[in-house]
Amino acid sequence: MVYIDPHIHMVSRTTDDYQRMAQAGCVAITEPAFWAGYDRSSSQGFFDYFRQLTDTEPNRASQYGIKHHCWLCINPKEAEDVGFAREVISLIPDFIECNNVLGIGEIGLNKNSKNELLILEEQLALAEQLQQLVLVHTPHLEDKLKGTNLIMDAIENTSLSPDRVLIDHVEEHTVRAVLDRGYWAGMTLYPDSKCTPQRAADIIEMHGTERLWINSAGDWGPSDPLAVPKCRVELASRGHTSSLIDTISFHNPQLFLSQSGKFSIE
Amino acid sequence: MTQQEIIDRYFLEHRAKILDIAAFLDRIDRCNEDETDFRVEALHRCIAELQTDSEGRTERLLLLLSDHSSGPIESAGTKGASGAQPPHS
Repeated sequence: MVYIDPHIHMVSRTTDDYQRMAQAGCVAITEPAFWAGYDRSSSQGFFDYFRQLTDTEPNRASQYGIKHHCWLCINPKEAEDVGFAREVISLIPDFIECNNVLGIGEIGLNKNSKNELLILEEQLALAEQLQQLVLVHTPHLEDKLKGTNLIMDAIENTSLSPDRVLIDHVEEHTVRAVLDRGYWAGMTLYPDSKCTPQRAADIIEMHGTERLWINSAGDWGPSDPLAVPKCRVELASRGHTSSLIDTISFHNPQLFLSQSGKFSIE
Repeated sequence: MTQQEIIDRYFLEHRAKILDIAAFLDRIDRCNEDETDFRVEALHRCIAELQTDSEGRTERLLLLLSDHSSGPIESAGTKGASGAQPPHS
């Protein structure tokens, strides 16, 4: 049994987590750039962070036989300062050719503000220009429904093809619209917010497996780096086939991520 | 899974969760304060929705807890979310 965790923030996790994930069957991960829990004081902080994502973490993961990939961006929580965000965006082209960079992400919205939307649009334009895959963060809790719709509208004002965009953190009230508009959809398995493994299994039973994946989004907050194998166990205990379980936790991520030309589990 | 299998497997877990909600509301009542909170009011609306007997309760609860306005807001005054739509926002 092997699996891919296509969204996890290993910069916030200990090496013990790499070990436990490897023992549970994890062979590859992808790590989107995100908010560190505080605002960086300069774009130089992002330069160092991008080095960590493209150099330090791949080395740390490789000690446990896990292939590490990443996504680069300025996250929406630090996008309110447009000038600062543009400084960070200007760093991305220099890192985009690194072997483990799969695209632009996790871009999106947080509080659905005008400046967040402006910076989202500028990063979508960068993805268009550099012909990159896109990983999208949708807002939390009460802001998710509106934000998801604003994000899809913004993407549809570009030439980006929906099948090269993954919209993450879907729940019961957003998953159908995301899939119907042709995007890939990610379900994040969190203990208190987003989806539990049980609810993710329900969504799979209601909506099928096409263009759908699961991830832990493990980070510095309440989260579980073993959420993906726990959801696999939940599906198995309900009597689902190993084929379905592998589709949702291995083959679907592999299919989407391989469009980058850089994704590898070897 | 059959209905019986689902109940056998998940009942105790959800019995505990509904008791947690009851204990949470009792804890608030013990404060003996008159002020209401939009989040607790939203929770009461969700509890009422749970009394309906048609499938799709999870989605309907999420919609009850969502911001239904359409355009972007002027600026993000905070980074966090409340879990329910604040009044007058």
